[in-house]
Amino acid sequence: MKQIKSIFSLLNNNELRGYLFQAIALLAIVLLSYIAIDNLFINIEARSIHTGFSFLDNRAGFDINESIIYYTPESSNLRVFYVGLLNTIVVAIVGIFFATIIGLLIGIARLSNNYLISKLAGGYIELFRNIPILLQILFWYNLSLIIFPHPRKSFEFFDAIFINRRGFYVPKPIAEDGFLFVVVALIIAIIGVIAMKKHFKKKHEKTGIYTSTFLYSTLLIIGLPALVYFIMGAPLHLDYPALKGFNFKGGMVFSPEFTALAFALSVYTATYIAEAIRSGIEAVDKGQKEAAAAIGLTQVQSLKLVVLPQALRVAIPPTINQYLNLTKNSSLATAIGYPELMSAFGGTVLNQVGQAVEILGMTMLVYLVISLIISLVLNLVNKKMSIKGK
Amino acid sequence: MNSKNNNINSIIEINNLNKWYGDFQALNNINLSVKEGEIIVVCGPSGSGKSTLIRCVNFLEKFQEGEILVDGTQLTDDANKIREVRSEVSMVFQHFNLFPHLSILDNLTLAPIWVHNETKAQSREKALKLLDRVGIRDQAEKYPNQLSGGQQQRVAIARALCTNPKIMLFDEPTSALDPEMISEVLDVMVELAKEGMTMICVTHEMGFARKVADRIIFMDYGQIIEENSPEAFFNNPESDRLRLFLDQILTK
Amino acid sequence: MATYEQNSPKKPPITQIGVVRWLRHNLFSSWINTALTLLAVYMLYIVLPPLLDWMIISANFNFGTVDILGYKIEFSEVMATNDNCGRAAACWPYIYEKIYMFTYGFYPREESWRPDIVFWLTFGLFVAIKLVSNYKHKNLVILVLLVLYPIASFVLISGGSFGLVLVETHQWGGLMLTLVIASVGIAVSFPIGVLLALGRQSELKAINFISTIFIEFIRAVPLITILFMASFVLPLFFTESMDFDKLLRALIGIALFQAAYFAEVIRGGLQAIPKGQYEAADALGLNYFKKNALIILPQALKISIPNIVGSSISLFKDTTLVLIIGLMDMLAMVNMTSNDPYWLGRETEGFVFVTMVMWVILYTMSSYSKKLEKRFNTEHTN
Repeated sequence: MKQIKSIFSLLNNNELRGYLFQAIALLAIVLLSYIAIDNLFINIEARSIHTGFSFLDNRAGFDINESIIYYTPESSNLRVFYVGLLNTIVVAIVGIFFATIIGLLIGIARLSNNYLISKLAGGYIELFRNIPILLQILFWYNLSLIIFPHPRKSFEFFDAIFINRRGFYVPKPIAEDGFLFVVVALIIAIIGVIAMKKHFKKKHEKTGIYTSTFLYSTLLIIGLPALVYFIMGAPLHLDYPALKGFNFKGGMVFSPEFTALAFALSVYTATYIAEAIRSGIEAVDKGQKEAAAAIGLTQVQSLKLVVLPQALRVAIPPTINQYLNLTKNSSLATAIGYPELMSAFGGTVLNQVGQAVEILGMTMLVYLVISLIISLVLNLVNKKMSIKGK
Repeated sequence: MNSKNNNINSIIEINNLNKWYGDFQALNNINLSVKEGEIIVVCGPSGSGKSTLIRCVNFLEKFQEGEILVDGTQLTDDANKIREVRSEVSMVFQHFNLFPHLSILDNLTLAPIWVHNETKAQSREKALKLLDRVGIRDQAEKYPNQLSGGQQQRVAIARALCTNPKIMLFDEPTSALDPEMISEVLDVMVELAKEGMTMICVTHEMGFARKVADRIIFMDYGQIIEENSPEAFFNNPESDRLRLFLDQILTK
Repeated sequence: MATYEQNSPKKPPITQIGVVRWLRHNLFSSWINTALTLLAVYMLYIVLPPLLDWMIISANFNFGTVDILGYKIEFSEVMATNDNCGRAAACWPYIYEKIYMFTYGFYPREESWRPDIVFWLTFGLFVAIKLVSNYKHKNLVILVLLVLYPIASFVLISGGSFGLVLVETHQWGGLMLTLVIASVGIAVSFPIGVLLALGRQSELKAINFISTIFIEFIRAVPLITILFMASFVLPLFFTESMDFDKLLRALIGIALFQAAYFAEVIRGGLQAIPKGQYEAADALGLNYFKKNALIILPQALKISIPNIVGSSISLFKDTTLVLIIGLMDMLAMVNMTSNDPYWLGRETEGFVFVTMVMWVILYTMSSYSKKLEKRFNTEHTN
């Protein structure tokens, strides 16, 4: 009798209950997984789907018309993976770049005391935030197909940039011998600027005299490489796109798909970045600007030393989050056929090979890694910028 | 009464000052002359314009009519003149307005380094001395959010002193403090007064006013209603409005 | 030493009042501002007139005779055809002819009264929520409504019982399908999200670990990969005999995806509750289930409502992705209808139309969300 009672009292022990519950839950998950995976293999056999990653060595058999690295239909499926990955990175970087610029402008415009500008910025945000991103991508793509003319009647700018149905043509810079020196000069200039800033900062602390390094920095970064460029005899020439027959040859081309995707992603993500920047600036107490003014700081000094440090602490974390969202949203390229990771690998290869588990697994892994990297960056930034005591 | 007081000893001269917010007149024909070393307390019901008045003195508020002269410099839209004036006039705010992203020490040395071109070593030394003077030198490396309200306001006073001002403006410095911290701040202000600083204080602390003020000014509806020495102000209020006001605040 | 004459307030200088002041202050206060104002006006000038011209002024509204609620309105003698509709401006008769498909997809016309009821139910749901806002047990009522609504909608639309003809899911489409996906998505993902949030807060290490992994994994990948997984891989986990409905796969994908995002929102609410609440509930002797159901969750959910609404709005936007896995939502209808050989090449009108509809719905939802947020901010200030 006593033993039975003591077993029951054990069951009431919270800690034991906890373990028991977890054990049951884990058991349930393992059981379900077992059944599921068992079914998986049965079905795979029944439908003669291959398993394993050997398909990666097989010939891809289809063409991709934009790729940074060399690719032909003879390339392997693994190469498609790399091409797609690189294209994702390219469109993400371009999108992030423009989204940040547009977002900054709109965010600041939103706070302007010019009524028109402020309302227009607000209208921009309300408009593009309330339209699904996929719809925006399809819309701009469709629009570009309709508006952009036949190559023979391209929109042209400065005889160097052409926009038509086939894409966005710009001159392609081709480096010749000696260009390496220009690059080296740029690196030296950057190091020089850093050293100069350090030097003047020390001087300011020691003697109280402040020298603005802005002009010198700009001159150095632009001037030194430019000087070397001319000394080396201008080792850079532009390959201009030229109309030959029905199409353009030469130069660099951004496909309509890329352009539409990058444009839509930038415009859409910019709305969120604009709001992040606006909330950053508004988070700075009005009294801060007054205190800064009261102790005699100029507008520029007040911005640099008091307002921006506080505004950026609030604005940067959500902005970095938006960069991650933009990268994830680039997968919607599947809808218009821009060959990034999801579209080329998770789309075309998947259709041909059929091994959804392996292919989707690889694709998801890539996004996981990107997410992790951005999270780590975010955490680092947060740690460095945290306001102590809050 | 004379509306222009051309006393050559006055360090602040306000003549026929009028200010509007849109249609609403916030300051109505203000005339005031402050001598060097004088302690002026400004009081009145909320909305009477007392904060607006002192904020005009360092041009945190613009005015449409009249003139303000600070140590001979006339306050106009000229950015250089404004900066000149602001380096001689310091302000202590109701909500402290310390810079939360900088340490206490950096809060103090910011203006000396960036406005007055002092060296880092110089400004640090002076800052530490001032922190000592207000009694919180040990908090120098901490950050504003780690300090209590009373400590923060004392830091704010030290920050205001770091620029060697001739005049200090106090905008309700103790109104945002918990009661037990008010005296630590008032003590510092009394010390400053004894050392001969020119001060204009907007405050409800009548004990402080009685102790150190040379003149007390009562404002209502944007105008100066009455102006007197402390004894006369409290014991012989001349206008009805002042009497009413004193009744309200002194019975508390 | 002195008392002063009391002056009556004077009028401010002329530059301070009225329209002149407003213009000067807001639009022309400095050279930069003036330049910006002119720039803004110029930008409006390049964008608005062509847009309005395409959409309204030069657009074709020749709908023929239209029957609205019994009244016959004659827009034109005869409805326009693709040839005489013009290409320079919008051809709205195309939308007018295709509007059934945009709204119901391939749903059989005789049964279209059933989705109609669902549309009215949706409208009625919001009205009901507004009406009970002062009622004491409003939260319970709202909860019950939010559970009944998806179930009722589903039964009505699919049929097969209660004497209703079965309409297979591959016939569902258009705005109706979008609504079904969004509402079922939210209804199913929400309880899962609550469980995940509680799991992530749990002190039981294994549960905590599993929940965290699940949430972080889902939030790291794009929705489209989850949908593809649900479309291609999910059926493989089940025995051969179950024929997996395409819509069901999409719903599972969306529900799991949204559950992870709801979980994070709710977790925020759980963390905002003072520790004292947990302690008080424990001190009262409440077990885990009772503690959460009666004390913790009601408070956590209430705090999170603005963010929950925000997350639901995102879900609504995300439903458009089902187009990529072959479901015929409103967006998919654009290409579908403009592939009709009779109305070839009218995608632009389709996109503009769908954009307007979606924008109105989403803008309404986000305005409501902002109002909620304001109300919550004022309620919670001390």
